[in-house]
Amino acid sequence: MRASLFITCYNDTLYPETGRAVVRLLERLGVELDFHPKQTCCGQMHANTGFRGEAFCQAKRFVRMYQDTDVIIIPSSSCVAMIRDQYPGLFEELGNEELRRQFVALLPRVYELSEFLTDKLQVEDVGAYFPHRVTYHASCHGLRGIHLGDRPFRLMSKVRGMEQVSLANLDRCCGFGGTFSVKNGEVSSAMLAVKLQDVMATRAEFCTALDNSCLMHLGGAMHRQYAGMKTIHLAQILASTEAEPAETMS
Amino acid sequence: MSQAGYHPVLDPALAPPFPKAALPVLRNPQLRKNVAHAIDVIQAKRARLVTEKSDWQELRAAGAAIRDHALANLGAYLEQFEERCTAAGGTVHWAADAAEARQIILDILRRENASEVIKIKTMTSAEIQLNPFLEASGVKAYETDLAEIILQLGHEEPSHIVVPALHVNRSQVREIFAHSMGINDLSDEPKVLTAAARNYLRQKFLTVPTAISGANFLVAETGSVSVVESEGNGRMCLTLPRTMITLAGIEKVIPRFTDLEVMLQVLARSATGERMNPYTSVWSGVTPGDGPERFHVVLLDNGRSSILAKKTERQTLRCIRCAACMNGCPVYRQTGGHAYGSVYPGPIGAILTPQLMQMHHAQSLPYASSLCGACYEVCPVKINIPEVLLELRSQVVNQERRQVKKFFDPMYLGLRAANVAFSSASLFHAVQFFGRIGLKMFTGSDGWIHRLPSLGGKWTQTRDLRGLPKQTFHSWWEMRQRATRQKEAG
Repeated sequence: MRASLFITCYNDTLYPETGRAVVRLLERLGVELDFHPKQTCCGQMHANTGFRGEAFCQAKRFVRMYQDTDVIIIPSSSCVAMIRDQYPGLFEELGNEELRRQFVALLPRVYELSEFLTDKLQVEDVGAYFPHRVTYHASCHGLRGIHLGDRPFRLMSKVRGMEQVSLANLDRCCGFGGTFSVKNGEVSSAMLAVKLQDVMATRAEFCTALDNSCLMHLGGAMHRQYAGMKTIHLAQILASTEAEPAETMS
Repeated sequence: MSQAGYHPVLDPALAPPFPKAALPVLRNPQLRKNVAHAIDVIQAKRARLVTEKSDWQELRAAGAAIRDHALANLGAYLEQFEERCTAAGGTVHWAADAAEARQIILDILRRENASEVIKIKTMTSAEIQLNPFLEASGVKAYETDLAEIILQLGHEEPSHIVVPALHVNRSQVREIFAHSMGINDLSDEPKVLTAAARNYLRQKFLTVPTAISGANFLVAETGSVSVVESEGNGRMCLTLPRTMITLAGIEKVIPRFTDLEVMLQVLARSATGERMNPYTSVWSGVTPGDGPERFHVVLLDNGRSSILAKKTERQTLRCIRCAACMNGCPVYRQTGGHAYGSVYPGPIGAILTPQLMQMHHAQSLPYASSLCGACYEVCPVKINIPEVLLELRSQVVNQERRQVKKFFDPMYLGLRAANVAFSSASLFHAVQFFGRIGLKMFTGSDGWIHRLPSLGGKWTQTRDLRGLPKQTFHSWWEMRQRATRQKEAG
């Protein structure tokens, strides 16, 4: 199967190891992966901060770039939620009928990583080995935005050697919220403090998620507090094998 | 609030912006504990009662449809309500704004020669700041809802729309009652505290002949008004006085009496986690020998019709004030209600208040959300609060980006620059390159950034940031592709 990877702007810049893991994982599963060299951003940051005109630019760019692509894989639930929840309104407001039709045709071909694995490839056991105690944080966009449901748990249950510990108050936001984390830095920090209590109580070695933005938030606080836990994107766990363990040193 | 050494401002025109107003609460462990405990209890009850309804999603859809239909035909239903209510002996008044509503109510009270008035279940009266106005005009208003009594006697402000004194715990209630009622040996047993409130209240119910209420629903078909409550104080207030005045926002109307079947179900389960609220009062006009002899309804617009005209924002007016959104909100859970600077706190307040202010005040409120979507998920009339928040954010940006001072604001500069960068891959890659070099001087020997200037400092006040990796993903991919091609060629 051929598929194209939309890595997202912040994974490209801040978390290239997640991208490398997605490549390794999908190629191992026989996917012929492609990467559009001109890709940048889906427009989520602008749309969520109220810069709708700017978000239009990114949305148009995305649709034009991928209109002929069969399958687009995005390892970020919030970017997928942006495309599914906000693009329809943006294109309606834009009033460009051709673009809107292109978008409607494109939409069913956009997959979040765990959706692609479980729905399109129909695999749960991806042959991963990760001998660690791990807790899963359900990002708000993954949980309520694009309704990932039990997909991540089905994938995790098949990872050899991994002990999965459930997280209390799974549906509670970590307080990141994009620019919310700086515009309302103190409230965001208070939310983070409460979330961290639950995360740390799992006594896991790693906190994983399908969205590096939440993990940047949680991981940033863990690092600041010398907490004995690290964050890791689920793609990196799923890519990990005995022969090639995940890059967890950074 | 008084015991915290500060007094919150619930006037959107005067309140400090949300991030600033939230600070005193974030620093107050007692308050945060009170708020978190109270909403966790309500949340758990709600979750239980919603799960037992197999048709909950259908009920939500019905609730939304009833409210939408009423709003789409609001003028007609309001006129029908006026006609039926008048026919049943009530008097309907129309108030375009807060000042007009206050004056109408004062005029009625003057005609009654009232120097005192008892009040029940009217948040709308707080919206129009009725109490201070009446006080200044020589009419003393007494709240009769238990929570409202606590607030009034303690000189506190409401922090929740269903449980207004949620931020006050029972030992604080004991203090307030002991002090204001002059009872020194009062215990903090709920039973004892309730008895103290009852003594205080009975006297008011038996002596004050005029009352003001809010309304949960106005029924167009029958001209009826409905108020739901838990204590029965409302029932006293609605039946004992000689003259009743109901103040209601124009959006409260529902078409038919049978619509109450859906609305009362979704309201009770969402608001207090009960199958049915303990007291449901419904009355139509006046009935000789039974209840008030004179009945007035004041229909308040105060910015509502301007919301009605807007496609995305209109759904805000579906709200039935159940507070499920604030109970489920992770932001509200930390800040409580006062930080919202309005009688309408939480996610619904974050969209309603700026709109009632016609976007002239409270511009920080649409940003008081991490867009986690919990509010939308629990809303019994399916208000897509995140969608409205985003719409209002774009309105705020459109207002602000014309201001000179905002031109150099770091957030605006950054987002404008990001837009340029995202317009072309080569520009984006250049920004990544120079960004990494620029951040190098802030990156410690451990490879992490511990302190950033300007807006970045809002991040690093509690969080580190990993320094930018040497190689971006796309350059790794290109390198890999080149290597593969070479291997194939060679």
